[in-house]
Amino acid sequence: MKHATFIKKIAFLTTIITSLAIPAVQANDSVNPELMVYTYDSFASDWGPGPKIKAAFEQDCNCSLNFVALEDGVSILNRVKLEGKFTKADVLLGLDNNLMAEAVATKLLVPHKQNTQQLSLPAAWDNQYFLPFDYGHFAFIYDETKLKNPPASLAELIEREDLNIIYQDPRTSTPGLGFMLWVKSVYGDKAPQAWQKIADKTVTITKGWSQAYGMFLKGEADMVLSYTTSPAYHMVTEQKFNYKAAAFSEGHYQQTEVVARLKNSKQPELADKFMAFVLTPAFQDIIATGNWMLPAKQAASLPTEFSQLITPETSLEFSSEQVAQQRKLWVKEWRNAVSQ
Amino acid sequence: MPLITKTKYWWCSATFAISLILLLVGGSFLALINFSQSELDFTAVLTDSYIQHVIKFSFFQACLSAILSISIALPLARAFSRREFFGKQLILKLFNLSLVLPVIIAVFGIVAVHGKSGWINQFMSLFNIDTGHYIYGLTGILVAHLFFNIPLATRIILQAIESIPSESWRLASQLNLQPKHLFRILEWPQIKPQLPALFSLIFMLCFTSFAIVMSLGGGPDFATLEVAIYQALKFDFDIEQAVALAIIQITITAVLMLVSNLWFKPQTMPSPSGNYFTRPDRQHTISKYYDLAIFTVAAALFIPPLLAVLLSGINSKTLDFLGAEALWQATAISLKIAIFSSLLSALLAISILFSTRVLKLRLGCSNLAHGIESLGSIILVVPALVLGTGLFLMLRETIDVFSIAPILVVLVNALMALPYQLRILNQPIQDSFTAYDKLATSLGMSTWQRLRLVEWPLLRKPIAMGLGLASVLSLGDLSVIALFGSQDMQTLPLVLYRQLGSYQLDAAAVTAIFLLALCCMVFYVIERFIGGKYA
Repeated sequence: MKHATFIKKIAFLTTIITSLAIPAVQANDSVNPELMVYTYDSFASDWGPGPKIKAAFEQDCNCSLNFVALEDGVSILNRVKLEGKFTKADVLLGLDNNLMAEAVATKLLVPHKQNTQQLSLPAAWDNQYFLPFDYGHFAFIYDETKLKNPPASLAELIEREDLNIIYQDPRTSTPGLGFMLWVKSVYGDKAPQAWQKIADKTVTITKGWSQAYGMFLKGEADMVLSYTTSPAYHMVTEQKFNYKAAAFSEGHYQQTEVVARLKNSKQPELADKFMAFVLTPAFQDIIATGNWMLPAKQAASLPTEFSQLITPETSLEFSSEQVAQQRKLWVKEWRNAVSQ
Repeated sequence: MPLITKTKYWWCSATFAISLILLLVGGSFLALINFSQSELDFTAVLTDSYIQHVIKFSFFQACLSAILSISIALPLARAFSRREFFGKQLILKLFNLSLVLPVIIAVFGIVAVHGKSGWINQFMSLFNIDTGHYIYGLTGILVAHLFFNIPLATRIILQAIESIPSESWRLASQLNLQPKHLFRILEWPQIKPQLPALFSLIFMLCFTSFAIVMSLGGGPDFATLEVAIYQALKFDFDIEQAVALAIIQITITAVLMLVSNLWFKPQTMPSPSGNYFTRPDRQHTISKYYDLAIFTVAAALFIPPLLAVLLSGINSKTLDFLGAEALWQATAISLKIAIFSSLLSALLAISILFSTRVLKLRLGCSNLAHGIESLGSIILVVPALVLGTGLFLMLRETIDVFSIAPILVVLVNALMALPYQLRILNQPIQDSFTAYDKLATSLGMSTWQRLRLVEWPLLRKPIAMGLGLASVLSLGDLSVIALFGSQDMQTLPLVLYRQLGSYQLDAAAVTAIFLLALCCMVFYVIERFIGGKYA
């Protein structure tokens, strides 16, 4: 009798355990083919452009488009590098001009095969792997009701002692990387000294843009690293006109956000279809008031509030080859300078 | 010789367990070494000012944490031994659990109290004082380390004080000794031999601290080697640096372990003297104020974060967050990982101990037996993150490491729980052998009969204890999952970490209390159903 209960117990436990294990190995075979797009969290979030773009694309693809949201743009590249040839991503959306050469070097990408004539970018586009979907310039955003005398240059921001800022980690975030390159392009060899001064006024370094911007809106810092276009969001959706981008006399670093498709994609046709979709009005019209950036191929006219934004006189940019060569070194330089 | 033939396979179980451990740890270790030989420039790594900074910081914060923990625990333990009050036993029991409480829950509690929008800042802002962001950085790391290590240190020191025989107290009372003399003559000689081992234990725990430093460090300035390994892989995809850091980490921990084992031979803990004699310094006025002060300090450190976990979990959005699909998905994954890893660690521990008891008691090779048992505690030298990095290197060319992430987490969590399992099961398994081996062999019981009739009734309680502990450890673990987790593969601690990282404190509050409740429930269910009625 006792023997029987013991065996029953063991059998019972085994059943529970195996029943737990089965769902873990079950294959995920949905009816619709799935397109996996790696992107950054603010793009995929409910208030970002992601849901609209998903709906627009799914209308005539007989597929489901799934976003995998990572902390920020650089995390997308890091993730794909970690996964290597086993990556489940079909498309990468949200790398930027700075990371292109490095991403191509992974040999995981294939050319986009799209026509990139007649874009509305400041300069012509000839990259065969990456398709631009929007662009903008980095800028520090402040609340003019709280900060009456914003700095007029990067140098003033760095030298002034009454300011505090939040920016993003250049190792995980494209705005963070952009800021690092911005400082490098203005300060060159003197960048480490500049970083040490920046470190003194840094509230925190976040992993991604949305954390930094969220903290700034809660009043945790005077200024936050974002884009010249960010005030448009507050003007258009919230009718708030107190958020401004500070214009810096040295110029602003440019970011072009890009899409690429992966060689090992299990849905090559769908991925191609998505690449073709990126420059159509259906995608591009969502960008300005969805991602709050300037569309790469403008179709509809922008809301009038966009005309109130600052336009940088000088646009700063390193070539992506230069960044690919130097990024590791410059990140080390940044890391060593801010951790002293 | 029928007796021998029946039991000649005693070595199989340990061989199986040890092979699995060596395969995992040795394999990942070889992967690290192999990589470092081909592509690593160690001098460049060691002269890098950032890495020097990280090593220095790891040492510095661990030293500081150990010193502070012990210097608060010392008066606290004395106060506990002087005073009797309602709830004292309960508090001491809770202190025992400090090593099992999921780190990330405590981190949430600490952020909710000390963070920018936490209780203290809200209170101070009533007086227009801005206490700012003091929690991110060294302060936060220290507060969290104290939170976990003071209870541990207090327990050990209190145990040392309680081993003082009541005759000594009676004598001291007759001699009318002052509190400071009591300390010097009676308490210090008992406490002192425990201190070096205690210091090195806390130092090691803090030196390899990961989840706390990752969530409260804020920026690259405050990183331990473990965090730097994580960042090198995840942020920089710099395998060379991750490997270099992992090797530095292993070298330092191994040397530390060796040194502390050689020089600070852990003293066998004296057993409590039993019949208590009221301490003569109980009525002393100064010691009353003194105890009041230290209890206040301890209460200020422990109560608010725990209260914050319990209270802020109930907010206007609790039901929304509890309905979130991601939470339940993570719960399912966490539970699966906990069940498999606790079963595996129990299986490994039992396999090892069933063999070593034969070695010890029948063959008299206790040194070999201890050697085999200490192999089971190898995870103390090769921390989870290092193991994760090694496994990643070993497997990345052949399989998708991310798709087998749950299996990796199960394996690493099982190894993490193994030292605890070994400690819990060692004595009971040995005892059942001492008491019943001869009888069982002379009755000619089959292995199966013996397991069912002899071992199981004796061992189900400690097995339940070990399984419960291992499950809770696994449920709260935030180490390798941080490397290999993804949107679809996250455990509850990872969900909580991400919510904290993106300052969604309301959601984090709900996850924290949910995780805590889950840990308690799992522990209870295992104790009740595996441990039996009298557990």
